Amino acid sequence: MVKVAIWGSLRHATDGAAEVEVEAANFKQLLDRLSADYPGLKPQIERGVSLAVDGKIYREAWFTPISPDSEVVLMPYMQGG
Amino acid sequence: MAFDQQQKRDFKVVGTRPVRPDGIDKVTGRAMYGADLSAPGMLVARVLRSPHAHAKIVKIDISKAEGLPGVKAIVTSADLGRPEDEALRDTQDNCLAYDKVLYDGHPVAAVAATTPEAAKAALAAIEVTYEKLPHVTDVDAAMKAGAPVVLDGRAYEEVPAGWSQNVTNHCEFGHGDLEAGFAKADLILERSFKTEATHQGYIEPHACLASVGPDGRGELWCCTQGQYMVRETCAGILEMDASQLKVTPSEIGGGFGGKTTVFIEPVALALSRKAGRPVKLVMTRDEVFRASGPTIQSSTDVKIGMTRDGRITAAEATLRYSGGCYPNMTCMMGAQAAFAAYDLDAVRTYGWNALTNRPKEISYRAPGAPTAIYAVENVLDEMCQELGLDPIDVRLTNAADKGTKSSYGVTFQDIGLKTALEAAKAHPHYSAPLGPNQGRGLSCGFWFNFGGNSSVTLSVNTDGTVNVTEGNPDIGGSRASISMIAAEELGIPYEHVRTLVADTASIGHSDTTDGSRVTFMVGLATIKAAREATQKMCARAAAIWGIEPDAVEWIDGAAQPAGPNAGKFPPMSLAEIAATSLKTGGPIAGHCESTADGAGVSFGVHLCDIEVDPETGFTKVLRYTVVQDAGKAIHPDYVEGQMQGGAAQGIGWALNEEYIYGEDGLLQNPGFLDYRIPVASDLPPIDTVIVEVPNPGHPYGVRGVGETSIVPPLAAIANAVSRAAGVRLHELPMSPPKILKAVMAKG
Repeated sequence: MVKVAIWGSLRHATDGAAEVEVEAANFKQLLDRLSADYPGLKPQIERGVSLAVDGKIYREAWFTPISPDSEVVLMPYMQGG
Repeated sequence: MAFDQQQKRDFKVVGTRPVRPDGIDKVTGRAMYGADLSAPGMLVARVLRSPHAHAKIVKIDISKAEGLPGVKAIVTSADLGRPEDEALRDTQDNCLAYDKVLYDGHPVAAVAATTPEAAKAALAAIEVTYEKLPHVTDVDAAMKAGAPVVLDGRAYEEVPAGWSQNVTNHCEFGHGDLEAGFAKADLILERSFKTEATHQGYIEPHACLASVGPDGRGELWCCTQGQYMVRETCAGILEMDASQLKVTPSEIGGGFGGKTTVFIEPVALALSRKAGRPVKLVMTRDEVFRASGPTIQSSTDVKIGMTRDGRITAAEATLRYSGGCYPNMTCMMGAQAAFAAYDLDAVRTYGWNALTNRPKEISYRAPGAPTAIYAVENVLDEMCQELGLDPIDVRLTNAADKGTKSSYGVTFQDIGLKTALEAAKAHPHYSAPLGPNQGRGLSCGFWFNFGGNSSVTLSVNTDGTVNVTEGNPDIGGSRASISMIAAEELGIPYEHVRTLVADTASIGHSDTTDGSRVTFMVGLATIKAAREATQKMCARAAAIWGIEPDAVEWIDGAAQPAGPNAGKFPPMSLAEIAATSLKTGGPIAGHCESTADGAGVSFGVHLCDIEVDPETGFTKVLRYTVVQDAGKAIHPDYVEGQMQGGAAQGIGWALNEEYIYGEDGLLQNPGFLDYRIPVASDLPPIDTVIVEVPNPGHPYGVRGVGETSIVPPLAAIANAVSRAAGVRLHELPMSPPKILKAVMAKG
């Protein structure tokens, strides 16, 4: 299981939990699992999210591996100028 | 070792300062910008824009205009379909209004004619019947229940009930126990701030030449930060196959994030398709101001608790942003960035976005961060004054470092904030004496940076030179950096490499040039492509020598036997291998089409000295120093240029630049005479100090440098002005009338 940190305004979809656990081995599996287990997260995931794994921010890269002891933080989809 | 892991090495080309490859073309006028291309039979286009801040379009009658001499096509939104995708629909409606105009200058119709005069006459003959609606241009007013509604039904699910329908986004970030944190504080300050929208102020207005043939195939030449973004957006709006639309990016006269979307390109294509002739469309400066992307307008509350020795015990900020008339995510970036520079046990940020009757906000270097960090750094400076503490020491006490859990939840890897702060403290600027009415300001700044998708082809020419073809428009010197990286990897002189930016049909997809991603990501792709090419060249040398390919390695620009067992052969240079390549297996090239992440965040520290004239409120910037972590500066001139450019733009944002809307909701200052950007005489020399704390996610240690530099100037200037004037100002810009008013109120 991977622990995923959820930002504050999404916690309405996780019964207030700041961190949830899902079964996932990569970025894509994690997003699919989050959408399935916490349907309230799905609209934001569809609009776009990034994922920080052990301090590295990923915008795309579905097949980025995630290990159970990784620090995983869900983030908004990064934008820039 | 993973490919993208930072490795120590002795650079030969990287870190030097070769002549920039675009310099001659730009200073001699040879460079081809968006408006510089013409085509046989070309028509010129003009756009009819809304004279109202908010109105329902009852009817558009083009019958009289259509019959005028020289008029070949007129388009309105009725000539386009309705995309299913909401974001694409917003982009389309921003190019040609659908059923309502949402801001002063919103396009309503466009004409293509044989002459500018004929196009202008046709615009005057188009009859638009409007039903004016109440408008709102201020973010705080727009959020209140009962405010005029810009668009209804656009709030995301996280927005609580009870707000105006203009409120589309809400976000919250942070960790820890705020109440307990504030209870530990010796001083708690709460302040509110407001900043006006500013424009990116690029020299080159948006411009394009579109041509759609009777077979439906299209070509588009335009100034943009992303030709693939333009292709996909325009193909979506015009319901074309992407393969049938070729987009070529011109040289670009500045973007800063403002050219990461489309404003005129779908309109020019629609006109060309209707007229059956090429169409050129160039925005005037008035149109650029009224209808292309300014930044957000912001309203921010900050509360910070601090012990008397300068340790922050708790920090909280509420950011209210207006990104104009369509939803956007910028408040989320600001809310994540606000306290990113500090290692905090208790921190919380709340972000809100509200629709207003303003043009759609587009990124401007580090979107959302400058205004958030302006407010935070302003309060910190006031606390340092109240507690009699040194501003750099306080920041060093609280600075984020490797292992810090950031305010947005991610644990930092190697970062350069402390190194930058120490460099600022050691700089002679920090200890130089100040005169009467002078003040010194300081601010930290932060930006995330990201990687993304890019494609690179590196071709070895038979004369021993190399071309790198890539898909990212060069807005900050990337052609030089990419050539240097290729030369470094191949072991050949920089002058033997030329990097070109290709059209959409010539190389694979590349994400837009934004997010400070190009030197990082395209650089990575170039390293991979170069290593693929050197592998092939080693194989050719092996074939010539009659040994196994894995018995050859690439060292110092030549194939060499990998050890004594490989045999004795003199090194075979790239030029020698290239010269025989057509006989040894064919052309040699390396490719990379990939996604890269791990861009590495970037921190900066700005110092400035200013003098305020207490009689007029005029502010003169006397001295300015930028310290920034570049990870590894590929071409230091360009890195310094980015640092100086961001500082100059931030000085304008802090002191003079602002969108001024009248009571009627119309923009009062759409031109450089009334929208005051800094000119050379307004600026001191901007000193730069590059610090290099390698990004562990890049083989050379590169971090993006293009955006961080616009983040600190707002607070650095504000803090200097407040200290010089002896009174705190909480609004940007701090134009002379505002400063004078504050000075006089102080007495």
